[in-house]
Amino acid sequence: MANPIEHGGAAAQSNSFRQQPDEHGHFGGRYGGRFVAETLMPLILELNEAYEAAKADPAFHKELAYYQTDYIGRPSPLWFARRMTEAFGGAKIYLKREELNHTGSHKLNNVMGQILLARRMGRTRIVAETGAGQHGVATATVCALFGMKCVIYMGATDVERQKPNVFRMRLLGAEVVPVTAGAGTLKDAMNEAMRDWVANVADTYMLIGTVAGPHPYPAMVRDFQSVIGEETKAQMQAAEGRLPDVVVAAIGGGSNAMGIFYPFLDDVSVRLIGVEAAGHGLDSGKTAASIERGRPGVLHGNRTYLLQNADGQIDEAHSISAGLDYPGVGPEHSWLNDIGRAEYVGATDTEALEAFQLCTKLEGIIPALESAHAVAYAAKIAPTLSRDTLLVVNLSGRGDKDIFTVAEHLGVTL
Amino acid sequence: MSRIAARFKALAAQGRGALIPYLEAYDPDRETSLELFRAMPAAGADLIEVGMPFSDPSADGPVIQAAALRGLKAGATLVGVLDMVAEFRKGDDATPVILMGYVNPVESYGYERFCKDAAAAGVDGLILVDLPPEEGAVIAAPAQAAGLDIIRLVAPTTPDARLEYVLGHASGFVYYVSIVGITGTRSASAHDLAGAIPRIRAATDLPIAIGFGVRTPEQAAQAASIADGAVVASALLATLAQTLDEQGRATPQTLPRVLEQIRGLAQAVRAAGQLPE
Repeated sequence: MANPIEHGGAAAQSNSFRQQPDEHGHFGGRYGGRFVAETLMPLILELNEAYEAAKADPAFHKELAYYQTDYIGRPSPLWFARRMTEAFGGAKIYLKREELNHTGSHKLNNVMGQILLARRMGRTRIVAETGAGQHGVATATVCALFGMKCVIYMGATDVERQKPNVFRMRLLGAEVVPVTAGAGTLKDAMNEAMRDWVANVADTYMLIGTVAGPHPYPAMVRDFQSVIGEETKAQMQAAEGRLPDVVVAAIGGGSNAMGIFYPFLDDVSVRLIGVEAAGHGLDSGKTAASIERGRPGVLHGNRTYLLQNADGQIDEAHSISAGLDYPGVGPEHSWLNDIGRAEYVGATDTEALEAFQLCTKLEGIIPALESAHAVAYAAKIAPTLSRDTLLVVNLSGRGDKDIFTVAEHLGVTL
Repeated sequence: MSRIAARFKALAAQGRGALIPYLEAYDPDRETSLELFRAMPAAGADLIEVGMPFSDPSADGPVIQAAALRGLKAGATLVGVLDMVAEFRKGDDATPVILMGYVNPVESYGYERFCKDAAAAGVDGLILVDLPPEEGAVIAAPAQAAGLDIIRLVAPTTPDARLEYVLGHASGFVYYVSIVGITGTRSASAHDLAGAIPRIRAATDLPIAIGFGVRTPEQAAQAASIADGAVVASALLATLAQTLDEQGRATPQTLPRVLEQIRGLAQAVRAAGQLPE
């Protein structure tokens, strides 16, 4: 465990960026933590113990590996995007094909790990929050697989704009509860899932879908997602005989980014770029770019960058992509931003829409609108980089779920 | 002696527990909530909890969520809440006032500045729902320097070992969350409470107030006699909400109805007295 007294410069102590969080769940002594009501505190502590025990148990890893291979379909390929590379005219573009996982996104990596943990803990009922519905679908899927009761909280606005995923979840046997509080998006769904958990502590496990929430969720979800970066490292080694130079990933809560970044944190030659949803533009007031336009605060169990007003009230986020429409970000990203180990930038709704179409036409891969933000930023920087630069985009999900939204924005009636 | 300690001591001497009604600041507007605040002691409030509206009250049920949103819509800020307390203090120097809310607005205000300003306004204690003792270092020293009590929540799910740890970081009184859940949704039975309170008594000398799920005069009387006080929040806010017009504005019914309910609760609490230990 890292020394909790050691603040900020993690490198000062161990020359490693991979030793966070400390035992209190703090990243760099400041972010993360356990900001929950006393009613939840015993549960969080129990979960932490259970996770530490599982992490140290080879049988748990063996079980997880089995499901990763035979059910999720890992490893996912690292695809050399030849036409995209030619079109951009600079860096050599690779796509990490997380959209090929079962259920169509990286979400299942985390969900599988947590459901196995919930089973070890003897829980029989799962609650989860979802934005775009990708995490909800992944959760409903494993609940079907293991015959567990599943309740998914989803903002009413998101229920409306993600109808196919709502139907999928219901087919999978989940109860989908539309949340009308607030703007009816991901943050409201998160509030409601936490309320359910507080009220049903005896049998319920809360399955958070991103690298946020009270400790141990940010670290645990990162660990389960790190398979993305581990594979990428090995695959790039096999393809090019070296490490990539740039890794680009979209950031809402930041789980796909944390998953691909984490194994590269100590390879300081690798530039890590997180692309936040700039919405209508970083300075439009309608954005989801928590790191670039927010400031540190406390929400949903952790201290991290938040979109908030001068009085500490949380602002509504905006993004065309429901999965990025969240006013916070995982606390480890906040820390990586502050110490400069990762860069955080934005891509607008319009740029994401263009990238969505570009990726589809050039590579025959329909990316999720979330992932399209990463593609958009790659398109922006690739031409400025030399032809021997190796650039990996984490293609975190497939875009079938988004075709209605995209059609609407393109003025097409389906 | 702090106002909180003095009040609990005086009530113990009278052989009864405290009625602690809750109001959400700026619900439905500043003037109405200030008027309600000022009228509460005469209606029988022994201590008063004032909610600081927050956009994401994740430990609260629908009634308090709605009240917080009304308060925010009416322009509530922490500065405004403290100003309300200062106004209240002009007419009442004895009734303890406890602010309850979530940590982010306070962190945004600045812990030290907030504690100083709150004490100056006449606040006696703070309940920050999502700031457990593990994260409480940020406020411990400033609160102590300002003479503010940090009131801790304990729950039926709090194990014995943890109870000791939490209460080691508590002052003023202990807030026992009597149910497993969010505010205003379920109620604990007398049997549950009678079993739970001795466990907490054994771990602290502080007075104990019971909250979450205390709605009726009977429940308030029961809670205040088994413990040292009863907090009633959602039931009062629900009444207030019922009296609002279609635009969510106060009506002539608003104050009388809520105050009538507080009088009923106070009567029951006073009649019940305190059960012998």
